[in-house]
Amino acid sequence: MISPAGVFAPNAAAEEFLPYLDRLTEADHRRFYRDMVVVRKFDTEAANLQRQGQLALWVPSHGQEAAQVGSAYATRPQDHVFPSYREHVVGMIRGLDVVDILRMLRGVTLGGWVPGEHGNFHLYTLVLASQTLHSTGYAMGMQLDGSTATGNPQTDQAVIVYYGDGASSQGDANEALVFAASYQTPQVFFLQNNHWAISVPVARQSRTPLYLRAGGFGMPGTQIDGNDVLASFAVTAKSMDDARAGHGPSLIEALTYRVGAHTTADDPTKYRNPDELAYWVARDPIVRFRSYLQGRGIEQEFLDAVDEEAADFAADTRRRALEITGPEQSVIFDHVYAEPHPLVTEQKDWLERYEASFDEGENQ
Amino acid sequence: MTAATDTSVASASLPMTKALNAGLRRAMLDDPKVLLMGEDIGPLGGVFRVTEGLIAEFGDKRVLDTPLAESGIIGTAIGLAMRGFRPVCEIQFDGFVFPGFDQITSQLARMRNRHEGGLIMPVVIRIPYGGHIGSIEHHQESPEAYFAHTPGLRVVSPSNPHDAYWMMQEAIASDDPVIFFEPKSRYWPKGEVRFGESGTPLHASRVVRVGTDVTVVGHGAMVSVLLQAADLAAAEGISLEVVDLRSISPIDYGPILGSVQKTGRLVVTQEASGFVSVGSEIAATVAERAFYTLEAPVLRVSGFDTPFPPAAVETHFLPSPDRVLEAVDRVLAY
Repeated sequence: MISPAGVFAPNAAAEEFLPYLDRLTEADHRRFYRDMVVVRKFDTEAANLQRQGQLALWVPSHGQEAAQVGSAYATRPQDHVFPSYREHVVGMIRGLDVVDILRMLRGVTLGGWVPGEHGNFHLYTLVLASQTLHSTGYAMGMQLDGSTATGNPQTDQAVIVYYGDGASSQGDANEALVFAASYQTPQVFFLQNNHWAISVPVARQSRTPLYLRAGGFGMPGTQIDGNDVLASFAVTAKSMDDARAGHGPSLIEALTYRVGAHTTADDPTKYRNPDELAYWVARDPIVRFRSYLQGRGIEQEFLDAVDEEAADFAADTRRRALEITGPEQSVIFDHVYAEPHPLVTEQKDWLERYEASFDEGENQ
Repeated sequence: MTAATDTSVASASLPMTKALNAGLRRAMLDDPKVLLMGEDIGPLGGVFRVTEGLIAEFGDKRVLDTPLAESGIIGTAIGLAMRGFRPVCEIQFDGFVFPGFDQITSQLARMRNRHEGGLIMPVVIRIPYGGHIGSIEHHQESPEAYFAHTPGLRVVSPSNPHDAYWMMQEAIASDDPVIFFEPKSRYWPKGEVRFGESGTPLHASRVVRVGTDVTVVGHGAMVSVLLQAADLAAAEGISLEVVDLRSISPIDYGPILGSVQKTGRLVVTQEASGFVSVGSEIAATVAERAFYTLEAPVLRVSGFDTPFPPAAVETHFLPSPDRVLEAVDRVLAY
């Protein structure tokens, strides 16, 4: 819809999705831009924190902001979102405090937040594609308890699940598509094709464009320019509307690019061509949307204010990240089972006695 | 289609398949959030007919014939549990659970812990297991140790129809995931099921035959082998005390240690391979807790540390009453 140069120039395939852009106000455009800039700055700050030893690991989302922001704004409050582990701004938009993400990456929790209290944004899942099946089961549950396809778009629910080109090769991702198609679940599979699974290019995962696989499972598949925030919004909005209305699941392949490393433990210079990187940097989603907004006459003061807000946000995040404190040792044992388990109880008691024995030694 | 078992009477003589069916049905009547998932569990009633008649009674929104994909079954069951349902998944045969192993061990078992207690995972996974049925590869295995080794799971196995009826309902009522191992070779012999009360909690082990000379422990189909061994031993003047483990995780050591206190001798038995097994765990724990009451080393009688063999030689692989008695003789020699 928006060309790399920032000009609104929808192609023929975009026609059917254009009405969804009418839902967007000027304030929405500003919010899209603001969120992309803020999360980019946050992302850089989090990577810095990792380099300084304050996080065990960081998972950059640089380059994928438009795919994530557009799709996230296409969800409604009653929807459920199952992320992979790179969808930081989706969490932000759903009401998550990103410091909760840092808590997990700082090693003080295995989860970090309560999905029901944070916009139904479920926990990150680190075993690739596992969450696709959870999301499909969850969407089956929406059908079974009658929370979808009643005809009321204000309350009907749907699920969106995020995964990537690497995860698309996992058995679970394919089984989820089988189950979703079979039960006609209310859900959207949002596949961010960022072209790299750590060091392996997407060509190794698939001989065919990934969106074409949807047809084989019996559901619609659409490929979008994932660096175009309006395309991401419009296509996801239609797909989620269809899901809520009982028209079944669909798949969106968002073509985007992982500009940064896979994680801070990775070194993409060992396997990537600089020309390819330059190609995608020239298609940066934020630069593109800024050009688009400037073409529509956005005032420079707004753009400057967003930069300032992003810097403040990143600084605040850094400050609060450094204040994260570790959990009590009892967290080792407390939530393994819902009901008492003698082995866990015995070991918890033993560890307390064992560690207390050192305190007694000090007092002697 | 057969009629549902009448559970309003005091008791009935049922095979384990019917007792499990009655237990599932009772749980579904008691809680509308209970639903069944699995391959061929609908109109067919499962390959062992454990779910027979349930889709007719409860409909296809409570009894889900799923696509043929075990990871898909477990993974979607997790999502359904997140949504507030209590799914009971049927894995068709023991050897077919492994395509779902990642979802069970990496996801199901840890989901509550990862959520810091913020949700429950009341999922039951039913697995018909064990040998003695003369079947082909992947149809006679005993993989319980893999699951018992995984924190976050509970693992149980009934040995008789009465326990099957009650343990199924208790497993479904549990807010934790329960791997429910059903001993295939005990599916068909009938036993008395008392519908009034369970008598034994889900995770309790139980002395099923009182004796004085040697304690023998087993679970699932091994219990009937141990009872046969006890009869044979009695004819030779040796008194075996038989403990039905019932729960593999957690293990209820009370009755085992109480029995060893009396006999001073323990033989632990299982169809599964012995290396890094449930029997090894019991042997180690009893050695730790009852060292001074033991008159002899704890011995294990297990399947060999080989793949389950062709059925034609399975009787040589599976622990028999005679193999149990051979170990009994050895502990009595001390």
